[in-house]
Amino acid sequence: MAENTPAGSTTDGAIQVGGPKQPIDARVSAPASYDVADFPVPHGREEEWRFTPLERLRGLHDGTAVADGGVKVEVKAPEGVTVETVGRDDARVGSSGKPVDRVAAQAYSSFEKASVVSVPKETVLTEPVRITVHGEGGVAFGHQVIEIGAFAEAVVVIDHTGDATLAANVEYLIGDGAKLTVVSVQDWDDSAVHVAQHTALVGRDATFKSVIVTFGGDLVRLHPRVVYGAPGGEAELYGLYFTDAGQHQEHRLFVDHDTPHCRSNVAYKGALQGKDAHAVWIGDVLIRAAAEGTDTYELNRNLVLTDGARVDSVPNLEIETGEIVGAGHASATGRFDDEQLFYLMARGIPADEARRLVVRGFFAELVQQIGVADVEERLLTKIEAELGASVA
Amino acid sequence: MATLEIHDLHVSVEAENGPRDILKGVDLTVKQGETHAIMGPNGSGKSTLAYSLAGHPKYTITSGTVTLDGEDVLEMSVDERARAGVFLAMQYPVEVPGVSVSNFLRTSATAIRGEAPKLRTWVKEVKSAMEQLQMDPAFAERNVNEGFSGGEKKRHEILQLELLKPKIAILDETDSGLDVDALRQVSEGVNRVRETGEVGTLLITHYTRILRYIKPDFVHVFSNGRIVESGGAELADKLENEGYEAYQTKGGVTA
Repeated sequence: MAENTPAGSTTDGAIQVGGPKQPIDARVSAPASYDVADFPVPHGREEEWRFTPLERLRGLHDGTAVADGGVKVEVKAPEGVTVETVGRDDARVGSSGKPVDRVAAQAYSSFEKASVVSVPKETVLTEPVRITVHGEGGVAFGHQVIEIGAFAEAVVVIDHTGDATLAANVEYLIGDGAKLTVVSVQDWDDSAVHVAQHTALVGRDATFKSVIVTFGGDLVRLHPRVVYGAPGGEAELYGLYFTDAGQHQEHRLFVDHDTPHCRSNVAYKGALQGKDAHAVWIGDVLIRAAAEGTDTYELNRNLVLTDGARVDSVPNLEIETGEIVGAGHASATGRFDDEQLFYLMARGIPADEARRLVVRGFFAELVQQIGVADVEERLLTKIEAELGASVA
Repeated sequence: MATLEIHDLHVSVEAENGPRDILKGVDLTVKQGETHAIMGPNGSGKSTLAYSLAGHPKYTITSGTVTLDGEDVLEMSVDERARAGVFLAMQYPVEVPGVSVSNFLRTSATAIRGEAPKLRTWVKEVKSAMEQLQMDPAFAERNVNEGFSGGEKKRHEILQLELLKPKIAILDETDSGLDVDALRQVSEGVNRVRETGEVGTLLITHYTRILRYIKPDFVHVFSNGRIVESGGAELADKLENEGYEAYQTKGGVTA
């Protein structure tokens, strides 16, 4: 891909090896906490907020957003899966880690009931658990726990639709040797605001695979985080986003390698089109001194289809031990430009089909990672529709 | 028999200080089965002719006509021209991220032929065309022109020529940047297409080297935006010996 960077974009990633520095996680304005009062109200200059248009958060960041219960959550689970609604005092709630920014802490401080989905140990599900989160125009603070027992295997699809102003925490507790795949689809109406922290606590020899698919929303800001509870854990974090005119879609990842012999692989790809489409990708990977034998790679690719879109892609890799298997990152933003269009059209391919060909090809390898046929199908349909809108 | 007729073609491009005339009255007729070499110094407008015929948006046709079997080519969009049978092998083919060669070739063949080629025969067709051009089968899985060497890009262009079977093939400096082996293989590909007798070829080149492999029926000398002399293959020999100086005495050619 051409490594041309659209005007105004950043790809100022960094690799730091050893030396005195502030750890990635300490660059934020306050330490992690369950209490929103521990975080100052952000003003936009803070490292973790500098790309986010705060004025579009509808008060989620400054305490003015008040819950009015406008989000409906439904869980459809195959037999053997336990679905509960629990209070704040449930031991599992908050057990994967603390909220790391003000909005996540606001969600944690404000939710009343948490939804807990549990797959008992050694249970291998043949059907996905389906969680639908449908916004009905209101403000909501959510909390979801997904708990997979030792050696269990499950696929969970979380589908976000409708209009909402939602701040939430999602926790994945993955038992030893368990395998969890989560597909989170953000198919919101164009007016929705969705800010969420996803924290996965990966057990010994467990596998966590996350596929984030973001299409909708006025502002979507997701913060998938991975921590390892014991050696041998593996995390695969995939993401696709299609950012349209006026949308702000931000994916901030953090993989905390604090345990030996764990692996992580991150691949996010986004297509952008239209005026003021803004995608932000932050990929923070920290390999702490104790995490010998770590193997990690992260990649972000962006395809800019039209003028007027902006990408900020910032990979950060911080390595505190040399005793690792591998560590790398890559980020590139390319344009689908008039010359490419001319080339394809000069081979008889009509303009709209040329664009479709390029975008489908760009996303293909990640679409295959979803592994849930109806979601893949819907995604491809969605891509077609988005492209149709751009040609019109 | 397919005939491309170019009549009094004037073309300009948008430059810093307003439009600049590049083509200043080109007349040329190319018939199916014929091979025309267009030769000229850098900046004479050869490539502009090629891209104008294919419909590149950068070039503005200010006057003149181009018809293919009587149909107005200039009225057609870029993809319509290709489907009508005009093919341009580009000097600098662009990278297309995310699109594999095999997907690209099939999509393009489907567009040109009006229906998707039958999978079994198609796979064979592509495989044998690639073999003849000495292309590794793994090539088909790479993204279009991404990380291709100069030779690979030109082979890929000629592969498309062989598969798409146009009525009029315009080869823009296909010989540039090729070593002798690659030049021979690429030329053989062009000759296979020519031997069908179904294509009219417009071979645009700066050097006479490729004409040792691809014998033209006609040679035209291009200078300052028009054809200044036409002749048979012997004209190429004259150019080989004397260069372009004789044609550059007037007209302010700039590189």
